[in-house]
Amino acid sequence: MANLNLVQAINLALIQEMEKNHDIVLLGEDIGVNGGVFRVTEGLQKRFGGNRVFDTPLAESGIIGLSIGMAMGGLHPVPEIQFEGFLGPAYDQICSHAARMRTRTRGAFTVPMTIRIPVGGGIHAPELHSDSPEAIYAHTPGLKVVMPSSPYDAKGLLVSALRDPDPVLFFEPKRIYRAIREEVPEDEYTLPIGKARTVCEGTDLTIVSWGASVVQCMQAIEKMSERDGCSIELIDLRTIYPFDMDAVAESVSKTGRCVVVHEAPLTCGFGSEIAARIMERCFLQLEAPVQRVAGFDTTMPYYKLELDYLPDAVRVSRAIHDCLAY
Amino acid sequence: MPITIAYEAKIEHISILDAKGNFDEKLGGVGSKCIIPDADIVKLYAAMVSCRQLDDVAFRLQRSGRMGTYPQNMGQEATSLGAAYALRKDDWMVTCYRENCGLFWRGVPKEAILLHWMGDERGNAMPKPHWVTPIYVPLGTQMLHAAGLTLAAKYRGEDRIACTFFGDGASSEGDFHEACNFAASLHIPVVFVCQNNFWAISTPSKINSAGLTFAQRGLSYGMPCMQCDGNDIFATVYTMQRAIEHARKTGTPCFVEMVTYRLGDHTTADDAKRYRDQEEVDAWKARDPIIRLRNYMVARKLWDDGKEAALQEQVEHENAEAVVRAEGIAAPTRGDFFNSMYAETPQDLLIQRDTMHTHSLGQDPSQLPPEAQARAAQLSAEATAAAAQH
Repeated sequence: MANLNLVQAINLALIQEMEKNHDIVLLGEDIGVNGGVFRVTEGLQKRFGGNRVFDTPLAESGIIGLSIGMAMGGLHPVPEIQFEGFLGPAYDQICSHAARMRTRTRGAFTVPMTIRIPVGGGIHAPELHSDSPEAIYAHTPGLKVVMPSSPYDAKGLLVSALRDPDPVLFFEPKRIYRAIREEVPEDEYTLPIGKARTVCEGTDLTIVSWGASVVQCMQAIEKMSERDGCSIELIDLRTIYPFDMDAVAESVSKTGRCVVVHEAPLTCGFGSEIAARIMERCFLQLEAPVQRVAGFDTTMPYYKLELDYLPDAVRVSRAIHDCLAY
Repeated sequence: MPITIAYEAKIEHISILDAKGNFDEKLGGVGSKCIIPDADIVKLYAAMVSCRQLDDVAFRLQRSGRMGTYPQNMGQEATSLGAAYALRKDDWMVTCYRENCGLFWRGVPKEAILLHWMGDERGNAMPKPHWVTPIYVPLGTQMLHAAGLTLAAKYRGEDRIACTFFGDGASSEGDFHEACNFAASLHIPVVFVCQNNFWAISTPSKINSAGLTFAQRGLSYGMPCMQCDGNDIFATVYTMQRAIEHARKTGTPCFVEMVTYRLGDHTTADDAKRYRDQEEVDAWKARDPIIRLRNYMVARKLWDDGKEAALQEQVEHENAEAVVRAEGIAAPTRGDFFNSMYAETPQDLLIQRDTMHTHSLGQDPSQLPPEAQARAAQLSAEATAAAAQH
């Protein structure tokens, strides 16, 4: 066991899987010599050589298109898109090609690849370095979308992604890249894609969240259970698609109340889907309407106002209050 | 049939004042025939010195937590400045983020650039008469906009052209190639300026192109291409004058590669020591565009130590004032980001804005039980008070 942050946990997962599976190849902007702008791939080029870890020209569409070809040719590429805001040029390759290849060839061609993408706000970054586009890709059939909220989860989920036969978008929340350390086993383990984690158990209300927002939720819960004595259950979705609706439905059926928290904008954010599914599956158990705490329906502001935009413990607490008041 | 040559091309390299101080009089002209009048030479020098000093100020602001990530321009002042000098005042300049010197020459207030990197959108509210677009952060996207701006001018019967800037790295993006193709095929007079500074963060230019030059990228689209010493203000002005003349006369695009060097890190979030040798940086320091021009001016008796000291004092004062203006601007109001999303803000957004400190999103206050309504009213009063204090 080692006490690792998220960056180190991902690095460790990459090393261990690359040692086992020689078909894993890493590519992207600044990932080789520089070890990535967040140092996630630090030391990997030295360890595995320039054939397996290489810098590409600056072209996101090119990086993903090339990776699709590599995957169709039998490898498991791990392209990095430097920031989620640069996914734009790669959108066509991801959504029009990677997502559809299996079904349009009825399985003759597949695209096993893991796209690593730093995501989200809260680090005082320039524009297009702080967005949360996970719902766009969850909305695209054929893709899997993962977003860990802790070093332990990051390692286990990434290993699963690296063994997955289909394209996985692995979103890494920048805000907690180095903010949390925890014990991460050196030994091999996997966390299944599609299974949520119950962070803490409770009986009065369920919070559903993912990524860096889980940390804000934990802060709110800590404050509220101390001050108001309420018992709140927190579910970290871990994977946005496929998602663990059974875990959510089971919890909400028990508590009767639910707050969904995410950084992405409200409208058509993945919280919308969670709320709709709760309506479908838990309607008779609901004591209050599902509340959502999300980014607003605006462009992510430059950093002077980013904390006004991002859900924080205050907003989460308010939603909990409102939901409990019914 | 014998094999024939279907295509052959040459790329000219233009250098007028080299790093050793040699001046090509044939290209640059002498005395009153010089392509840049002496009075302007002094002004261009002052502009570069001022831009360099502001770079240093911005770097220190970032290190002391008063500014976010900042990309230094150090070493590349002569590229955009040469272009801005050669362009007409009402030609478009469509830049990336390492063209401060040219933008300031155009009259863009320094505090605008500072504000942008201080995380404030108001820094992008460029005054219209400067004919410049806001800073573009993602790579390679702005060249198509330059073509569109020029097409709009052409459509309206104006002879305004656009000059757009990008780096060696950005010339790998698909949008760049589409911009070149569109401009050439649709006869849009854009001057494409590639600032080849050898490094795209840690990616050396050889990974972004296996070609001998970046200038030749333009050849395949059927536009004339030139390369010049980007650290030589005479060469950048001369080359841009030719490129602009071509664009305006023929109504077709032109491609210029300016060979320069990024003396600093990519941004304040980068550490270039991880991936490049100090020897390489030192070699380029000897080719610094500012030192080179100063030596020329001293040799020509246009400049001396007294003038240099006075200029340093003046730019420090001016830049300090720009910082005061940037930091002195009133903080944006909380929720400011709602107000410029659309010409007319949709009702749903207005509700989000007005209840952002009091309600959950999507909550209909009238649905809340009385107890929660009272609490919301209290929160609303607190939020109003906090906003007033903010």
